[in-house]
Amino acid sequence: MSSSVLFDAPGPRTRALIRGGNVLGALIALGVLAWLLVQLDAKGQLSWDLWGPAFSARTWEFYLLPGLQNTLQAAAYAIVGALAFGMIFGMGRLSKIAPVRWVSGVVVEFLRAVPVLLMMVFFYGLFGVVLPGVADKAFLAVVVALILYNGSVIAELVRSGVGSLPSGQGEAGLAIGLTDGQTLRSIQLPQALVAMLPAMVSQVVVVLKDSALGSIIGFSELLRSGQIVSSGDGNPLQVLALVAVVFILLNMVLTVVAHRLSKLLSSRTSGLTDEGPGIGNPTVVAGGAGGGAGAV
Amino acid sequence: MNDYLSGLGALLEQYDVLGAFWTNIQLTFWGALFALVIGTMLALMRISPIASLRWAGATYVNVFRNTPLTIIMTFLVLAVWTQLQVSLAADFNSNFFRLAVIGLAVYHAAFVCESIRSGVNTVPLGQAEAARAIGLSFLPAAQLVILPQAFRGAIAPLGNTLIALLKNSTVAAAASVSWETASTMKTMLEFNADYRWEIFALFAIGYVILVIPIGLLTTWLSQRLAVKR
Repeated sequence: MSSSVLFDAPGPRTRALIRGGNVLGALIALGVLAWLLVQLDAKGQLSWDLWGPAFSARTWEFYLLPGLQNTLQAAAYAIVGALAFGMIFGMGRLSKIAPVRWVSGVVVEFLRAVPVLLMMVFFYGLFGVVLPGVADKAFLAVVVALILYNGSVIAELVRSGVGSLPSGQGEAGLAIGLTDGQTLRSIQLPQALVAMLPAMVSQVVVVLKDSALGSIIGFSELLRSGQIVSSGDGNPLQVLALVAVVFILLNMVLTVVAHRLSKLLSSRTSGLTDEGPGIGNPTVVAGGAGGGAGAV
Repeated sequence: MNDYLSGLGALLEQYDVLGAFWTNIQLTFWGALFALVIGTMLALMRISPIASLRWAGATYVNVFRNTPLTIIMTFLVLAVWTQLQVSLAADFNSNFFRLAVIGLAVYHAAFVCESIRSGVNTVPLGQAEAARAIGLSFLPAAQLVILPQAFRGAIAPLGNTLIALLKNSTVAAAASVSWETASTMKTMLEFNADYRWEIFALFAIGYVILVIPIGLLTTWLSQRLAVKR
């Protein structure tokens, strides 16, 4: 708990103050919640006429569950592809061959700077022309855009993961006669990958959240399915709230897993096992391998 | 070749690309401002010794950090505006713009909060102990010793949040801000498919130009102001 830096162990008077503040804070929080509910009720939003359809079997069987399936499918393809992309370009950025390093660096920094939505919109238009036979172009556009963006983030994770290892690891590999590439592949990467596992799990949260962008280009994932079914029943507030709850629960489980992994693995590797901020722009570890533009 | 160039020129005349980027910059500015205010308040709640405030702050962060921004934006337009008929401005465009700013602010406030908290976590316990040992009470210790170091430690994560906010301002498309970059690019692609690579390059490079200085500046600042330990 971070409060330990700021606060001494409280004495009796402070304890009483904190107790008072605790009650007051709880009252304010409950008050805000109650006010929201009263406002919603005043507009008739708590009526079962609106919530009933949102919970109905029809809504879930034909709209929300197939939507969730599409979301999970897109996220699964995207994370596997992103891992492959990230490994290739992460190793490229650590290469001893300068042109390979430069090209990988430019590709990674470019893809990290471009909004995912722009890529999705572009690929959706592009696939409409170059892949006329493909039925679900929106799905493909979502997956490709997510692979490119998250792959570049993972490439950066690989680079900073290797950079966070003690330099003795690489030196030991060279000392026993391995080449640079062999040292990277058989000594540094295995340790770096273990260390970056928590950050990888956090990245799955980013992928899941960004897959909802697909609704803008018409990919029938969870949010879009919710929009469609609620426009018929006239209850977007209720359905979208449920959709948000599904996302929140999924992502909270992943966040807890990432946190546990981070604690578990920190004693098993010499690398840094940070979880990452879950916003898609990991803070690059200071002193990472190879000169890069830093946290772009 | 001349046809190609004149076609490209006509395209740029027809669509207000700079105006689209200006919209995203404005969205980012207002979103960042409100996110900073809300996020700082949340961070104060989360590091306070009062359990109920800590719990409320943590709940806010867990809810908004794990909700896709697209849902927040869609919710604001379909649920808050259409269904609850909460309007923030008389004309449609300012209303959508303000809704989008609110969406960006409440979402990124969760990340601002965590950035500031991670800054507080960079301060070693020994600093607080030393402050108390020389007789500083809570407020002076926080003001003179802990918070100055915490803010410096928070610059890099805050910079990352700002970059994410700029890129996420394109999600305002889901809040019907149809004159921002993603929507403008979509329209341009629909009607000028021959130039699709050029159009994408134009918008992508625009973002690279906007993002890289922010990254360089915050990296430079965080290194320059870093507390050497």
